[in-house]
Amino acid sequence: MSLFNIFNIAGSGMAAQSQRLNVVASNLANADSTTSANGKPYRAKEVVFSATPVGEAQGVKVLGVTESTAPMKMVYEPSHPMADAKGYVSMPNVNVVDEMVNMISASRSYQNNVDMLNTSKTLLLKTLTIGQ
Amino acid sequence: MINKLDEALRFHQVALSLRSARQELLASNIANADTPGYKARDIDFSSALQNAMAGSTEKLPMATSSSAHLDGNTGSSVMGAPVLYRRPDQPSADGNTVNMDVERAQSADNALRYEAGIKFLSDDLKDMLAALQP
Repeated sequence: MSLFNIFNIAGSGMAAQSQRLNVVASNLANADSTTSANGKPYRAKEVVFSATPVGEAQGVKVLGVTESTAPMKMVYEPSHPMADAKGYVSMPNVNVVDEMVNMISASRSYQNNVDMLNTSKTLLLKTLTIGQ
Repeated sequence: MINKLDEALRFHQVALSLRSARQELLASNIANADTPGYKARDIDFSSALQNAMAGSTEKLPMATSSSAHLDGNTGSSVMGAPVLYRRPDQPSADGNTVNMDVERAQSADNALRYEAGIKFLSDDLKDMLAALQP
């Protein structure tokens, strides 16, 4: 029944958007992390969405998380422990403005999926009142 | 008598099934609002309802004389109605054609009409019950 499948579709959308929000939080938290587990500065991460069949219709899934290839921000700070021979520190390539825009977009898309789910729940409950 | 009851209620049943199938398509569009390359899809409700009531499908089956021939199926369909792609008025650079305003408006419209369909169906049933009272 199609209305029940909307739960799966909107659910897949919500899962994907919350993963995107998770990545945004990671990027913002690490906007100044000059080193990480592999010893290199943190690189901005990004989720890749893909449409995937859910029943007859299309849901969303996260194909993977990619790392940004944008050049690192070089900051002149000779006293920093991670500074190179010329006194430059490579800071993460996180663009805070991009991340804020991504955050608002993800949260709006999440809300849209929640609304869709609530609508289909209302319709299903109405369906149960047929003949009463 | 029973076949007359079925005739009286079939229109509502077909209309509600189509409405819920359309709601599913709109949910797909909203879920994929940020998927690169996703094309928004919808059905033409009035022609889909007419075809479903007439019991016909819009696709003409191709005559095949060998099992290797293609069946001429052009794409997905909902209750015999072909699923169409929405004409984008401002597609985004990543090839996505979902316009959230359109999808939200269509979804609200579709949900309201679904509820209206249920109301009409309930009222028809109430009429029949009233006629059955001694």
